[in-house]
Amino acid sequence: MMKSKTDEEDYWNSSKFKAFTFDDEDDEFSRLKESKQAVNSIRRLVEEDDDEDDVEKVSWSGEPVGSISWSVRETAASNQRTDRDPAFPRIPADTLVSKSQSGYSLSSLFKGATGRTKGGSFTDSLSESSVRLYAPELRKPKSEYKDYVSDWSPEETVQRMQQGKVVSLEKFRSLQDKLLLLDFAVSAHDGNVITAVLIYLKRTLSKEVLFRELESRQTALRHFIHYLTESREQKLLLELLRVLGRTEDMALLQYKEHLSIADENKRRDFLKSCLSLPFSAEDAAHVQDHYTLLERQIIIEATDRQAERGGKVEIFQKFPRRASILNMPLITTLYYCCFYHYTESEGTYSSPLNIRQTFRISEKQYFVTALAARAKLKEWSDVDALFTSRNWLGFTRKKSPLSFQRVVDILQKNSAPTQVLQEYVGLVDDADLRISLAQKHKCHDIIINTYRDMKDRQLLAGYRGKVERGSPEERKIDQLLNNTVRRGGAPHGQHHVT
Amino acid sequence: MAHSARRDSPELPDFSLLKRLARDQLIYLLEQLPGKKDLFIEADLMSPLDRIANVSTLKQHEVDKLYKVEHKPIVSTSDQLCFLIRPRIQTVKWICDVANADKAAGKFRRYKLIFTPQKFYACDAVLEEQGIIGDVTTDEWAFYLLPLDDDIISLELPEFFRDNFLAGDQRWVRTAGSALHLLHSLYGPFSKVYGIGRCSKMAYESWREQVEEGEQKARQAEIGNVFLIDRDVDYVTPLCSQVVYEGLVDDIFRIKCGCVEFGADVTSSDKSVKVMLNSQDKVFSEIRNEHFSNVFGFLSQKARNLQTAYDKRRGMDIKQMKTFVSEELKGLKQEHRLLSLHIGACESIMKKKTKQDFQELLKTEHSLLEGFETRECISYIEEHINRQVSMIESLRLLCLLSITENGLLPKDYRSLKAQYLQSYGVDHLLTFSNLRQLGLLVEQQPGETLTVMESKVGKLVNDKAAGKLTDAFSSLAKKSNFRALSRKLNLVPKSDEEYDLRVPRDMAYIFSGAYVPLSCKLIEQVLERDGWSGLEEVTRLLNGHEFAVTGNNGADLRAKSDAKRIVLVMFLGGCTFSEISALRFLGKEKGYKFIVVATSITNSSRLMEALLDNHV
Repeated sequence: MMKSKTDEEDYWNSSKFKAFTFDDEDDEFSRLKESKQAVNSIRRLVEEDDDEDDVEKVSWSGEPVGSISWSVRETAASNQRTDRDPAFPRIPADTLVSKSQSGYSLSSLFKGATGRTKGGSFTDSLSESSVRLYAPELRKPKSEYKDYVSDWSPEETVQRMQQGKVVSLEKFRSLQDKLLLLDFAVSAHDGNVITAVLIYLKRTLSKEVLFRELESRQTALRHFIHYLTESREQKLLLELLRVLGRTEDMALLQYKEHLSIADENKRRDFLKSCLSLPFSAEDAAHVQDHYTLLERQIIIEATDRQAERGGKVEIFQKFPRRASILNMPLITTLYYCCFYHYTESEGTYSSPLNIRQTFRISEKQYFVTALAARAKLKEWSDVDALFTSRNWLGFTRKKSPLSFQRVVDILQKNSAPTQVLQEYVGLVDDADLRISLAQKHKCHDIIINTYRDMKDRQLLAGYRGKVERGSPEERKIDQLLNNTVRRGGAPHGQHHVT
Repeated sequence: MAHSARRDSPELPDFSLLKRLARDQLIYLLEQLPGKKDLFIEADLMSPLDRIANVSTLKQHEVDKLYKVEHKPIVSTSDQLCFLIRPRIQTVKWICDVANADKAAGKFRRYKLIFTPQKFYACDAVLEEQGIIGDVTTDEWAFYLLPLDDDIISLELPEFFRDNFLAGDQRWVRTAGSALHLLHSLYGPFSKVYGIGRCSKMAYESWREQVEEGEQKARQAEIGNVFLIDRDVDYVTPLCSQVVYEGLVDDIFRIKCGCVEFGADVTSSDKSVKVMLNSQDKVFSEIRNEHFSNVFGFLSQKARNLQTAYDKRRGMDIKQMKTFVSEELKGLKQEHRLLSLHIGACESIMKKKTKQDFQELLKTEHSLLEGFETRECISYIEEHINRQVSMIESLRLLCLLSITENGLLPKDYRSLKAQYLQSYGVDHLLTFSNLRQLGLLVEQQPGETLTVMESKVGKLVNDKAAGKLTDAFSSLAKKSNFRALSRKLNLVPKSDEEYDLRVPRDMAYIFSGAYVPLSCKLIEQVLERDGWSGLEEVTRLLNGHEFAVTGNNGADLRAKSDAKRIVLVMFLGGCTFSEISALRFLGKEKGYKFIVVATSITNSSRLMEALLDNHV
């Protein structure tokens, strides 16, 4: 992942203005801290005479008191406590009451206005009253329509349905009429109406006929599939997909059912039954892995739970398991096994090496996971061995399938001590990157040595201000600076000393 | 701050009217069920409802207790139940269960279902099937539009995206048309409508039909132009990390209905605080559109000014002090509170972003946008996956890779998918199937080898000269759409040019100068050209469905000159805060005012989460 030099010089660092970076703790961040201090210093002053009228009252959960979400939660809580609590929680302050709210009841207003606003559009009611209030269309009771609903053409029917008016679809009995109705609904682009027609068709046509007709009507088909998905008519949906020859979708849909099976043994058995489904070759392998993994997790879980309860295995005592390993992803399982079962021989189900082999885990992936797990345990010798075990060809340097920058990152995230970090920061090839990493992780030695090698006196002197006073680092810098001073003064250059 | 604003920008219409309309209609509907009643509210309606009404409004209209719809047996003792819900089959089924359980227990209650923004026939069908038509009354609450700010209106329908673009269900098309119709009748008549995308076209049609059904009163137009755009016209923009303050806050803390909850790490206390983020917040309104790197400087300056203002107290006599307290102190205190919150938020953002190597992530995104060093990007994403860094983030990067490269090489696709499933669970097979269906994460098809060649040659030569070669290839290649669009519209500025984020020169500033959002660039171009002429190649690459229509009712003549420069942009399938910032910038440059209407506010995480299928 070493980026080339040119790539480094993107806008972040190349602009002649002081580049901003999210890693730059020194400047922007400290400026921010300063402003925070300034603001905080005023805080006391502000709070002493705070009458709180401009501060929203907030409940324990952070919702403004008096807000609806807050009130709902209160109802839920009070229901848990006792049913006899007052219906509403007391509301100390009502900061959200809108000032524009009208004081009178609206129903009285509408009672007088029903005749006028019937069928009125927004603009009517708006222009007619100076108080801009909107009365929703007051529809006639359904019975009033009944006499004259029967004679609409398919097109008119669709139009009326779009407007939310009452219609009856019962008169569309011939297949031709039904399909005409469907096609008009589709051409009106109103999904609500399309689905309504489909529901009617589903009720009044046999599956075979409906499916056959849908095949050539893609928009309607998509609506139907979505409707069946939403109303959870799995069986019919599977049948439809089968008729359409969409076998992969069918397989995936069936596979999805495992998510609703809570019991791990039943879930495993279900996954086993999925193996014969018509997945693509690629997905079939993934489902096979899923089954194998769960099967294995069940075994590991049983054994480890017992070991943990037995109290005899040290690692489970020292690092009690936080959760069960069941249904975790493969890499989490690998991590778990690198954590609890690192040294096991390849023959066991929980051996990391066995898992690596069974699931064809890439070398890099294995390496990353093992590194993180062993670092978490602060097993620095294991960490070391991960690199040196690759030394069988006689390399004298440590090698890693992962850039050392990344290695440092992983170690740092697992709170490795500076000493350990230093070792790996030192292995980063690129000098600039090495320096920035060393600065980030306070590896003073590396910075000092790099500056020394760069023979950059100014940087070295500048860095002196950043190390602790009286520390060995400071002394080292002083020593180097003194050396170079002498060297600079002497006509015969002398080699610097470490 | 440093924007060279044109001074003649027109005033925005007043959208608070929309809130009042919605509230009054809700009250009217509640009064249709007289007497005490318990109100059950669909979980995702609670925040929108909070913006237009509050508990005492509901109480005044005899709502007794409030509950969240949880699809569990209810505990209410009231004999009248009112349900405020979205038109979802599962919610209606649950209500049927409630009613049928009551029946079985011999309990008599009255039930009222209020669907918002509209009822679907499929819901009626459920009521019928479950045998409770006649036991319940239903109504519709036409709450289409929630103004989140002076220039942002949301339909609060996040499911629009998945329903429309993944499932291909057009149930919300009419809703979008109705929302447009409402705006048209209150703030129109519109004189010009532009658009691109299948759904936009259908929404336009639906709106037009509704206009014909009703009658339009002659009135002075406040909004002259409308631009409709489908989210699938531009997936690249919402897949990018946001670096403008408001977008960044949304990415990290998630702004919900214009309100954000800052946790204890921001407030530096044990309480979390909910803050409304809008133009009322004087501190926020000045930094919301700024690149994050400028925000620190601004906040420091603000803190210093505040200090000075407070320091004035020293040496005041009693009378002066009295004036100070009555006139200035309250404002200062308010500003102080806001300032410390935003400083806290910045601090928290910095901490989080430093921890996750944001710098490198951005660099990878920019390389992808530029089409540069794709191999390195792939191995970056691979490591992301290997280390089980955020499941959503990995997926987002994969999609960005696929969409900028016009699909992955089959070998890469297979290997990345396998590693993804190993790291985050095989359940994601379904997620991958969704992404493929949507075209967000796909394999290159054998016929598209030219793009492969193109990238290979690009890699061999590995310098800027490769650009010319790439050009030569792409004129033959059929589907390298993002690259081709990017070249045609000049979306990715040359990386060797300096970009001063303090004085943005174009909309690219919202992505640190690395990319001009495609969606906003289209809007700019179409407004400039007053249509799509000259953009034929671009629309071809975007799969067409563009339109530009002029109203024939003489609306132009009546329209105030101001209205012509007020442009309503409707994003079907969601819009990001970054896009809103970009449009605000464009408006300032060109003297427009943009009003953004979105089916919901989105960002990369919401986009990805909508497509996950690894849960029941």
